[in-house]
Amino acid sequence: MSTEISRPEKLFLEKFGLTEQTLERTLGAALGKRIDYADLYFEYRVNEEIGLEEGIVKKAARSISQGAGVRATAEEKTGFAYSDEITVENLELAAERARYIATDSGRPEAVTVRESPVAPSNLYPVEVPPTDTPIQSKVDLLHQIDRIARSFHPRITKVMTTIACEQKLILVANSEGWVVGDVRPLHRLQVTCIAEDSRVPGNRQMGTFGGGGRAEFSFFFEAERFAHFAREAARQAIVNLDACDAPAGYMDVVLAPGWPGILLHEAVGHGLEGDFNRKRTSAFTGRIGERVASPLCTVVDDGTLARRRGSLNVDDEGTPTQRNVLIEDGILKGYLQDRLNARLMKMAPTGNGRRESYAHYPMPRMTNTFMLPGTSSPGEIIRSVKRGLYAVAFGGGQVDITNGKFVFSASEAYLIEDGKIGRPVKGATLIGNGPDALTRVTMVGDDLKLDEGIGTCGKDRQSVPVGVGLPTILINGLTVGGTQN
Amino acid sequence: MDYREVTHDLLKRTASKGASGAEVVVVEEESLSVRVRMRTVDTVQSAREKRLGLRLCFGQRSATTATSDFSPESLQRLLDDTVAMAHATAEDPCSGLPEPELFSSEVPDLDLWDSEAADLPIQERISLATTAESAALDYDPRISNSDGGEFNHQGARLFFANSHGFTGEYRGSSVVLSASPIAADTAGMQRDSWYSIQRRLRNLEPAEAIGHTAARRALRRLGARKVPTQQVPVVFDPDMAASLLRTICGAVAGSTIYRNASFLTGKLGQQIAATALTVVDDGRMMGHLGSRPFDGEGLPTRRTILIQDGILTSYLLDTYTGRKLGMPSTGNASRSLGQPPTVAPTNCYIVPGASSPEQIIRCVDRGLYVTEMIGFGVNLVTGDYSRGAVGMWIEKGELAYPVEEITIAGNLNDMLREIEMIGSDLEWRGSIAAPALKIARMTVAGA
Repeated sequence: MSTEISRPEKLFLEKFGLTEQTLERTLGAALGKRIDYADLYFEYRVNEEIGLEEGIVKKAARSISQGAGVRATAEEKTGFAYSDEITVENLELAAERARYIATDSGRPEAVTVRESPVAPSNLYPVEVPPTDTPIQSKVDLLHQIDRIARSFHPRITKVMTTIACEQKLILVANSEGWVVGDVRPLHRLQVTCIAEDSRVPGNRQMGTFGGGGRAEFSFFFEAERFAHFAREAARQAIVNLDACDAPAGYMDVVLAPGWPGILLHEAVGHGLEGDFNRKRTSAFTGRIGERVASPLCTVVDDGTLARRRGSLNVDDEGTPTQRNVLIEDGILKGYLQDRLNARLMKMAPTGNGRRESYAHYPMPRMTNTFMLPGTSSPGEIIRSVKRGLYAVAFGGGQVDITNGKFVFSASEAYLIEDGKIGRPVKGATLIGNGPDALTRVTMVGDDLKLDEGIGTCGKDRQSVPVGVGLPTILINGLTVGGTQN
Repeated sequence: MDYREVTHDLLKRTASKGASGAEVVVVEEESLSVRVRMRTVDTVQSAREKRLGLRLCFGQRSATTATSDFSPESLQRLLDDTVAMAHATAEDPCSGLPEPELFSSEVPDLDLWDSEAADLPIQERISLATTAESAALDYDPRISNSDGGEFNHQGARLFFANSHGFTGEYRGSSVVLSASPIAADTAGMQRDSWYSIQRRLRNLEPAEAIGHTAARRALRRLGARKVPTQQVPVVFDPDMAASLLRTICGAVAGSTIYRNASFLTGKLGQQIAATALTVVDDGRMMGHLGSRPFDGEGLPTRRTILIQDGILTSYLLDTYTGRKLGMPSTGNASRSLGQPPTVAPTNCYIVPGASSPEQIIRCVDRGLYVTEMIGFGVNLVTGDYSRGAVGMWIEKGELAYPVEEITIAGNLNDMLREIEMIGSDLEWRGSIAAPALKIARMTVAGA
């Protein structure tokens, strides 16, 4: 299983018999008189997934995909075509289709491509891509995790572990003449445990934990991360065996640090994506400079963090990623932009133009979204709450961009009674309103934590890996969707 | 392209590598979709793709791979990779292809392909999307903005061959027409949408009707408010009832059952729901979106009653999960190339009851009519259900006012038993369909 390529330019140009002239000709063909911008995106991707269950490998899967997308934009219009056969003929056909949106476009224009003037440093250098690590090493690791999770507690009855690895090479050439490549490793380890309490027939609970990043396979052995993942999944399942029904109604909510940062992703992140604001369909439309959070809140989206799941050297339009301040001391500062929406809104691209694959066109998307730490200690935050919910772990979330309503579902939570963490409660969905949820943040902890690297964000049928982060925070009022009044 | 030769050659080579079983799937897809926004073209997207998937078994070891590169060198490497992967896995007594005698040489034509849709010129696609969006924009002055109108078409061809000598092939198409208008008043903006999805172009709802329904749905959400936390009857509209049915499909899938990861594990033959509830999965319905002549392992699809009068009568099974549970496959293997088969419903529906949706609402003195749910708050292991909801508040049997920023919660064990009424309004919009239904009591959390 070889990945002979380290430089994407070399791969795409040599493997598919493309030359700089081909790129120039295709871009020229896509670029008619009435086209503002065109780009070509090449992708070669290897995915591998190994799953262990009942102590045996249940899943061993590997796939290779390659293809190219051609895009042309004119004012607000996008023409996009893709093919998984990378040939000169197909590229030209795709270019023809892409420029369909500007029907009277004229002769092809002259484009000269050159290396991008910006050469960002590599945020995720690896010597051996995770897809090239021998399967046996991965199978051995999964067995080790299986043993650790089972030995955590006799009530753990099922353990399912999966390791997914990806190696993605991309090359973007655009009508401004840039050619930019990126080599993106990615992996994720996921552990799911089921616990059963034989004393109470039918009492079964699940716990799940995992993580990963843009790094080598050895990442999982750093500080015995894999063992931590195994124990956390098992611990969560065991805790939930004793969980009582979750409360229902409006109450104080304390969010633990790390993955609960999914609150930011849903409550504000999506609503600040440039496309929704350009179309004026977001609950945050036209609110730059206004207060949308308490003065304790500063929220950033940062694609430049080394080895993080949400990080990128350059986005999928070749723009280098950066740290973007979305909310500063509670005031809305900026949007997340791709090239199309930045141009239409007369703003600068922010390095957030992302696409799932060559078969999808770019949109403004988040990278790693988190809140900067405050000054309160986590203990002090819990002690300040008379009655409320302490939410530690979450599943997924979702938002309605237009009315701002968002949800996210807790998978491990506790009641807070008189300033103390009390009984565990069953999972429940929390619901709030994006533009005012953060105005109710009354305490921010000094313990910012980024998540372990498991997030995948879906938008308009496109999935991309993302990260989130949060210090412990207190929200003075959020609706908790349990069953107990 | 004729894939017989490619697959035949590949199967022959797998045998020489010592594989005891092999399966090749080739999928070709073509699509041309348009989105119109504020009456002008926003996006035109066209695509051509093909992929080849390979599954190899060496006794009780197996591995699955896929590629979009059909060159001889690439296929040779795919084969080598698959062999290497299979050898790295451990023996699993339930793995392997289905038994040879289960395959049928008959591959019925289920009327899944529409050449009219495939041949529709791009201008007409744009015009359909424009008509749907404009109908919404022109419906009411409060419809002031739009997320657009879309026409999507996809055509696919699937070719399947395995080492038992089964080969089969079918084509399918789907067309979707939708509108997503935004209504606004002093209280804020509300987006809603409506769509029609069919195999055949001529079966789509008229574009104007789609726009009008979308507009009405967005308008009725204006001024939505929260309600106090309370326990009330909840009526699921047909789309939301279908969402609930999708959850039930997950809970009766063999893959969740054998893992003890479903609240329905071990309940075969037991009363799990109100006697009014009957659920059917049928992969052979003519022209339906979930139909296919054979499943992801090449086995013939069929009709299976999952729940009869409230009694759990069958799980959804593929070969592997069937063997785990000591039962035959129900022909519900689904295949995403490069992945081993998984279990999925084909066309799954709740058999309609006698009450009209109006009659159901009239029976509620105070309660919630749910028209949209968001979030993923469903725990199949325990049956705990808690989701964000949008809908209309019911007062004295009438839809009184819109509500939002609330959750509905319960446990699926109770919810299924407390289905009090099932509507007569079964309409197919996709492969999972259900009429409106009323659940006696759930917790609504709000203010």
